[in-house]
Amino acid sequence: MQIKAEQLYLGYDEENIVKNLSMTPPIGKISVILGANGCGKSTLLKSFARLLDARKGQITLDEKSLSSYKTKTLSTHIGLLPQNPVVPEGISVMDLVLRGRYPYQKMFSSLTKKDFDIVHQSLSMMNIEDLHDKNVDELSGGQRQRVWIALSLAQDTDILLLDEPTTYLDISYQIEILDSLMTINKKKNTTIVMVLHDINLAARYADYIYALKEGELIKEGKPEEIITSELMKEVYGLDCKVIEDPIAHSPFVIPKGQYHQ
Amino acid sequence: MDLHRRNYYKKKKKYLIVVMFLIMIIAALMYIGLSYGKTIYSFSHIYNVLFHGETEGAFVITTLRLPRVIIGLLAGICFGLAGNIFQKLLRNPLASPDMLGISTGASVAAVFAILILQLSGLIVSLIAIIFGMLISLLIVLLSYHHGYSNNRLILIGIGMRAMLSAMISWMLIRASEYNVGNALRWLSGSLNTVNMNDAFSLLIVTIIACVLIAIMNNGLSVMGLGEELPVSLGVNTKTLRISLVIVGLMLVAFATSITGPIASVSFLSGPIAGRILRNGKNNMAATACIGAILVLASDLIAQYGLSSRYPVGVVTGMLGAPYLLYLIFMMNKKGVQ
Repeated sequence: MQIKAEQLYLGYDEENIVKNLSMTPPIGKISVILGANGCGKSTLLKSFARLLDARKGQITLDEKSLSSYKTKTLSTHIGLLPQNPVVPEGISVMDLVLRGRYPYQKMFSSLTKKDFDIVHQSLSMMNIEDLHDKNVDELSGGQRQRVWIALSLAQDTDILLLDEPTTYLDISYQIEILDSLMTINKKKNTTIVMVLHDINLAARYADYIYALKEGELIKEGKPEEIITSELMKEVYGLDCKVIEDPIAHSPFVIPKGQYHQ
Repeated sequence: MDLHRRNYYKKKKKYLIVVMFLIMIIAALMYIGLSYGKTIYSFSHIYNVLFHGETEGAFVITTLRLPRVIIGLLAGICFGLAGNIFQKLLRNPLASPDMLGISTGASVAAVFAILILQLSGLIVSLIAIIFGMLISLLIVLLSYHHGYSNNRLILIGIGMRAMLSAMISWMLIRASEYNVGNALRWLSGSLNTVNMNDAFSLLIVTIIACVLIAIMNNGLSVMGLGEELPVSLGVNTKTLRISLVIVGLMLVAFATSITGPIASVSFLSGPIAGRILRNGKNNMAATACIGAILVLASDLIAQYGLSSRYPVGVVTGMLGAPYLLYLIFMMNKKGVQ
């Protein structure tokens, strides 16, 4: 399904956080939103899952306004994994991932075979099958993040939004998580839109990049086309050199600093 | 994948077994409540009084003891469920209505009505219910300051409770001795003055609330995952939150209007059920059972276990204190998030 923002304005209180933004994340691809802290990345992502209403302009899903969808129907099309979800005390991996099936549950009816099949698939896709009976409290940060992604997978949506899925993780876990997101994208053809902090990982994993500054979209395109030292200067105020990543052949940003010119 | 399914139903079965076990404890406590006292009646005698019109001891059993155990059961269920709803909704064990000053709000109004306005009977209960609701509304409104926050609501509630308790003490000091006895029920809940009419109206409220909770329970489970994820999972969080708060308030208000605020039952039931089952779920049925067990057992202790007869709330209140200390100790250890 195609999600699309048209001349979108978003904000809290008086302030506009996202201004006049239009974007059409390509179907079945991985898109990454880049930008400095407080530029409106997370706000934008939230509005795609209708956590926030548009002030002006609109967001559409398959040409229909997002607000015309029922909450439960929408949640079978778009899933959002926010930055800090809460782990209920004492819950097992299985029970947590099963909650991803909520959009499909009818009142008083019990879980179906299909629910269990999809949850099973989600666990094995995230390589956490053998953790199914473990207590989520006891898992490491990386394992826990896989559990959350498995929950979003169990939600079985066409579009998956992730708000900084690799924050607070060690570099090896970051790679693992991004690899598994790529697997999901390839195997299930899921459209992924995510916010990432690490420019180099974004350049490596994204098919398409949106660069935001102060709530406005200043550049979009394939990483190799748009990631330049000029853009980094504009978005982050960073002096840098861009070379080719010798492994992924994507652009690689090397920052300069006061002592390293 | 059949493994997962089997596992899931195995756990469900385990849960049912725990609930059945709790129900057996409730039945035993209710039986003791009916049979034990100045005169001890046998099981067959009680059975004959209740179902075959045996008249010997009928007054003691049906008029004094029966309403006591039935209301103990129902009030326990109501307080337990209400506390669990608030604790799960606000994701904080401190967020039960007795901690947040909702019950105290109802008590203040009742004490005021009895001591200052010289009222009695049903009108006192009504005033208590309405004022309890108003206090909750006030707590909610005060916690909206640049947007809503769970923690702010809890802190405001705890502060509100302290203030309301002080008001009660002040009124009691100024009151004439004659009226104080009447007002005491509103300080620590008691089953001393209940009758069968109360039992019937409380039963209806309990049944309605249980049905509503069963409908909303799945949504409430998902709401335990934070502020944002539930919306993305298709929970209509605003509607669900308000509906659950109304059900919770209804339970507290009605039960309080009959028994007074039986301290700590709503604060303890959910966490005890959670400790027994350790499954991260809402455990509504188990919580209801624990609530009933707490009230029934405490009432037996209050009547027969201590040097003189006390209202049930004195015993439940003593149970709550150590748990509160434990919670505060654990929070300190973990660091407040």
